[in-house]
Amino acid sequence: METEVKDHADLAAAFNKDEDRVNWHDETLWWIRQKRDLAVNKLPEWELLRETASQIKDNVLSNLSEYLVQFEANAQKNGVIVHWAADAAEHNRIVLGLLNAKGIQKMVKSKSMLTEECHLNEHLERNGIEVIDSDLGERIVQLAKEPPSHIVLPCIHKKKEEIGDLFHLHLGTPAGNADPQFLTETARIHLRETFLTRRAALTGVNFAIAETGEFVVCTNEGNADMGAHLAEIHIASMGMEKIIPQRRHLGVFLRLLTRSATGQPITTYSSHFSKPREGKEIHIIIVDNGRSKQLGREDFRNSLKCIRCGACMNTCPVYRRSGGHSYHNAISGPIGAILAPNLDMEKFADLPFASTLCGSCSNVCPVKIDIHQQLYKWRQVIVQNGYAPVAKKAAMKVMSLTLSSPLAYHAGGKMGRLVMKYAPFALNNKFNPWYKQRDMPEPPKESFGEWYNKNRK
Amino acid sequence: MTARNTILAAVKASQPALKPLPDVYFPADENADLKAKFTEILTTIGGKVITAEGSEEIAAYIKTITNFGDRIESTVDEVYKIVAEENPSLLPHSLQNTELAVIKAHFGVAENGAVWITEDLLSQRVLPFITQHLIVVLNAADIVANMHQAYERIGDRRYGFGTFIAGPSKTADIEQSLVLGAHGSRSMTVFLMR
Repeated sequence: METEVKDHADLAAAFNKDEDRVNWHDETLWWIRQKRDLAVNKLPEWELLRETASQIKDNVLSNLSEYLVQFEANAQKNGVIVHWAADAAEHNRIVLGLLNAKGIQKMVKSKSMLTEECHLNEHLERNGIEVIDSDLGERIVQLAKEPPSHIVLPCIHKKKEEIGDLFHLHLGTPAGNADPQFLTETARIHLRETFLTRRAALTGVNFAIAETGEFVVCTNEGNADMGAHLAEIHIASMGMEKIIPQRRHLGVFLRLLTRSATGQPITTYSSHFSKPREGKEIHIIIVDNGRSKQLGREDFRNSLKCIRCGACMNTCPVYRRSGGHSYHNAISGPIGAILAPNLDMEKFADLPFASTLCGSCSNVCPVKIDIHQQLYKWRQVIVQNGYAPVAKKAAMKVMSLTLSSPLAYHAGGKMGRLVMKYAPFALNNKFNPWYKQRDMPEPPKESFGEWYNKNRK
Repeated sequence: MTARNTILAAVKASQPALKPLPDVYFPADENADLKAKFTEILTTIGGKVITAEGSEEIAAYIKTITNFGDRIESTVDEVYKIVAEENPSLLPHSLQNTELAVIKAHFGVAENGAVWITEDLLSQRVLPFITQHLIVVLNAADIVANMHQAYERIGDRRYGFGTFIAGPSKTADIEQSLVLGAHGSRSMTVFLMR
């Protein structure tokens, strides 16, 4: 287990050392945000769709225990085996138990942020089970021994040359070949072999329908289907908030999900799993892991509406320039920053501060989560609970003294302008966090107060 | 208490007062040309649409895109008689060398170019994914405007497995360069039957 304290600002500083790369990362994500806008602007009913989705999720959260029971009963009627896990450890134990019972030592997995949250791969590997991630981006970060840096685009932080090097090392492609077409084809061939030889497949769950007991898994690559339809046992891990009441509600959510994520009208595959194949098994693991606690936090429960589209990351000026790994959590970006403190307020005390509170995340969120307001509220909760970073506490104290005394305020302002004018080196150095990757502005000649005193007539 | 009951009790204790479900009402443009829209969208996302009169046209097209000896699986009877393999396989793994699969779809969705398929239209669930190329036969009259109409049409029908397929499998995971043919079919051609 990791004991080292991680801090968003430090990790972002490391990411910011390579300015060209940061610019590239920033522009790539902004391009995806623009594709989202193009898709969204074609639908005049977009805002009504968001509002409807948000209200459906309000209903879900207010009746979740009932819907979970209903979903379980209907899934069981369909011949699906339902498991319940209170936390990550229990989830991982259930998966391991299912594999051990069948003597299975190798599993193929499609994208599931929940299993990242639970650190399932590490747990299985410690117990002698090999896991291969089949989503191309996830396979790439798995080969690099890194976590995904984005929930929809796991290796968005990697350059194709680095991916070419990884494939050369692990999959035997020619050195120096970084052609995306060629690398994708290599992965296709390598993973076909995996799909055909794995007896167990694990997938995530995008939506679970209380009314029918079915669940929906969305991919563009077809990897969830390739794994699930060839395996003896399909394990689907779902966070309990993935429930929606009725099948027809999928019409709302499937219209929102991919347009928000990548600007596509729908994913290539939206697969509805209801019953197992003849003689095969489907297991669903319903996971709490802090969700019932978050549900009870009135200010933060809306975060459970999230459908994991990633739009808030693509639009976030901080995420785009700090990279997903700076959030040191399975789910990065603005949504990760409001989910993580619920799991461990001390460990993730830095995340709600990794925001400008500009509100862009809330504006693009397809289920209208008030993300930036929750970030602001988390800051207060974190400070009240005594988890604010030491430097921030000291700075706030000085700030509070200065702002509460007109004398100190005016003296401080004057001092600042003089220093910037005559001794810029005192600020333009590595000890000033505002100087990192930025130039300090020209100091004004006088304060507004001084100007006003001279000019008021 | 079991994990189940502990979790359900915790959820019940945390959930707020009941909020009602909203109306879901999104009328579609009555005058839209659904066939044109479906064709436009599916083409944009990498699929291909061909309008045809009869299954002979599909068979003729298949001859132009396959080589002698290629394995062709068809669950469409009319096509199966002309071009497909003799013995439909029981094991999904045995479909691994399928070059082309020909299947029917219940209906298409104009707004996103998807077609709705349930497992009764397939020999194996894995067929439309494991095949190198996919042909879908769809009645031109069976196109709905949007996903709301799609689920109205599905209604409360039961199926073991159903899927919307919209175009060939794809990925842009490497520097956002779009590549068709990730793990599923490399191409998708929809025959719109008049």
